[in-house]
Amino acid sequence: MKRSAIPRRGTSRDRLLVTPEGIALPITVAGRGSRVGALILDFIVILVMMIVMAVLLNSIAGGVGGIARAIAPDSATAHAVQFLQILWIIAIFLFRNAYFLFFELGPRGATPGKRLAGIRIAARDGGRLTAEMVIARNLLRDVELFLPIIFIMTAGVASGMGWLAAAGWFAIFLLFPLFNRDSLRAGDVIAGSWVVERPRRRLEAALSVGPAAVPRPDGMSGDPQRRDYRFSEAELAVYGEYELQALERVLRDDRGQAMDSVYQTIAHKIGRNDGWNDERAFLEAYYTQLRARLEAGMRMGRRKADKHSGESR
Amino acid sequence: MNAISGAPGTAATGAGLAANAIARAALRSDRFRLEREADWQRLEAIVAQMEKGRLRRLSDDDLLALPGLYRTVASSLSIARETSLDTATLAYLEVLVQRAWFVVYGPRSSLWDWLRGFLGGGWSAAVRAIWLDVLIALAVMVAGTIVGWLLVAHDPDWYFTLISPEMAGSRVPGASREVLHGSLFGNAGQSGMSVFAAGLFSNNAQVSILAFALGFALGVPTLLLLVQNTAVLGALLWLYSGQGLLLDFVGWLAVHGTTELFAILLAGAAGLHIGRSMAFPGQRPVLQAASEAGRRAAVVMSGVVLMLVVAAMLEGFARQLVDQTFGRLVIGGCMLAIWCAYFFAFRGRGAQVRRA
Repeated sequence: MKRSAIPRRGTSRDRLLVTPEGIALPITVAGRGSRVGALILDFIVILVMMIVMAVLLNSIAGGVGGIARAIAPDSATAHAVQFLQILWIIAIFLFRNAYFLFFELGPRGATPGKRLAGIRIAARDGGRLTAEMVIARNLLRDVELFLPIIFIMTAGVASGMGWLAAAGWFAIFLLFPLFNRDSLRAGDVIAGSWVVERPRRRLEAALSVGPAAVPRPDGMSGDPQRRDYRFSEAELAVYGEYELQALERVLRDDRGQAMDSVYQTIAHKIGRNDGWNDERAFLEAYYTQLRARLEAGMRMGRRKADKHSGESR
Repeated sequence: MNAISGAPGTAATGAGLAANAIARAALRSDRFRLEREADWQRLEAIVAQMEKGRLRRLSDDDLLALPGLYRTVASSLSIARETSLDTATLAYLEVLVQRAWFVVYGPRSSLWDWLRGFLGGGWSAAVRAIWLDVLIALAVMVAGTIVGWLLVAHDPDWYFTLISPEMAGSRVPGASREVLHGSLFGNAGQSGMSVFAAGLFSNNAQVSILAFALGFALGVPTLLLLVQNTAVLGALLWLYSGQGLLLDFVGWLAVHGTTELFAILLAGAAGLHIGRSMAFPGQRPVLQAASEAGRRAAVVMSGVVLMLVVAAMLEGFARQLVDQTFGRLVIGGCMLAIWCAYFFAFRGRGAQVRRA
């Protein structure tokens, strides 16, 4: 799928983040849906790893276990089985606590699930993401997710109080991201981190450096088929930055119908009709010259936001 | 604005296609872009490699160039915002700076570096920074122990409210001195102790993480958890002192207990620190106060997990090997002295580590 080059701003999840260099960067807070998806993916990964581990240890233990039963409990094989048990307990502890830590401490700042969902963690203040932040946000994860299950298990499935406590717990922690603007988890609040979308965008070719867009100094086109369009100052003065961006979008999307109607509009507005059947070249030339005019204005400190506004200082 | 004042003439004198393209570009902003595109693409290639986790494949030159390239591209973005209306370039630069920012300001210290800074002063400095909470948690734990003792002394039925029958085993009110003595001594040479130790560690670590995390609810559940756990301790103390085995029990407990109780104390203090900073943020915004406290507490908590590993080792092995009260008391006392010295006397390079 080709993503449009023009970012569509203005959703409720867009924030401005200021880097230590003082540059404001637009950043998008990850959606709650993609975060839940990432969590489920991670749980699936953990579950698969645990099953593989269990099968592996079981097959090793099963091999020696039969012999161990036959001989004395203090023998070498009994110790081997004990060692496997220790391995299992430690592995469970690590899966539960260190999985998220390990991956989020890497340069990618994301667990495999988060990576697939296209999100990652970052420091909320624009500074460095430190190891302490990652530790803090993951220590709370355990309590947010697993504690209600323990409540119900210890209180018994039939216990009303157990369910009530679990429900209260869910209301505080699990639903916490629903009740704040940046969908922060309790762990994010403690750590000063947040989960943001991981952007990816290719550098698209500049429209204004193609052969069509560059007028030859001698006024002749290199290609005899091409006509050279020149627009007067008055013809360029009708539009502003907003229209320039819209025009850029149309040129990049390159759809015939849209191009036609935009050509009609512009040609009508400036009272020209010499670009008939050569709309793309006409529009590219208009785009380049309009941009040249607006950018020259910018350098002088004049900006024209759109066609309705006058040039502001 | 000298960055964009490169005149077409000077650019064209350079040989090659790129210079040609720069010279042919009609717009100043396009010349600006074409002149810098190589830097942008080099940064993008480096960042893409790092995002894929292929740090090893990057050459040293690239790694050294990364911070400089990041600043170059960041300043390109600032200039482009003021001089260019090419939305594609602006969007690309914004994304590229953001991706590079993730990498440049990512968790840079390797686990090894972090561990060295952590043990070499970061941990003890963090513990000292929450001294008030440590004192509060200590007071609560002492109070919990006394309450447990008094409750059971007043009415022995409380014993089973505090301690489940499975956990109590033979250690019930009215048990004979021999039974209680047997529960403290004579377990040497028993097999399966290492499994027991690993299980203990896993369980205790989970409990202390709980005590820490409950601090989020303004610290109240943390306090309750501390009281509940130490009330059990008080009840057991009462039970053994009734048969004149108080010192033996303390010795039995001290082997690992000084480390383990210290760890639980720190976990509770860390939770309390978060709860307190959220309830009373002072002049700072609540979110900022919470995250500052959270980061400090996270350092303390990483240490707590480490202490619990030590405690489980002591409980699983040392206690079974040393079968007499004096030896046990010496081990426990030494551990306590070591921890106290490390936390409150050892300064290390703590200040540096915390600022880094």
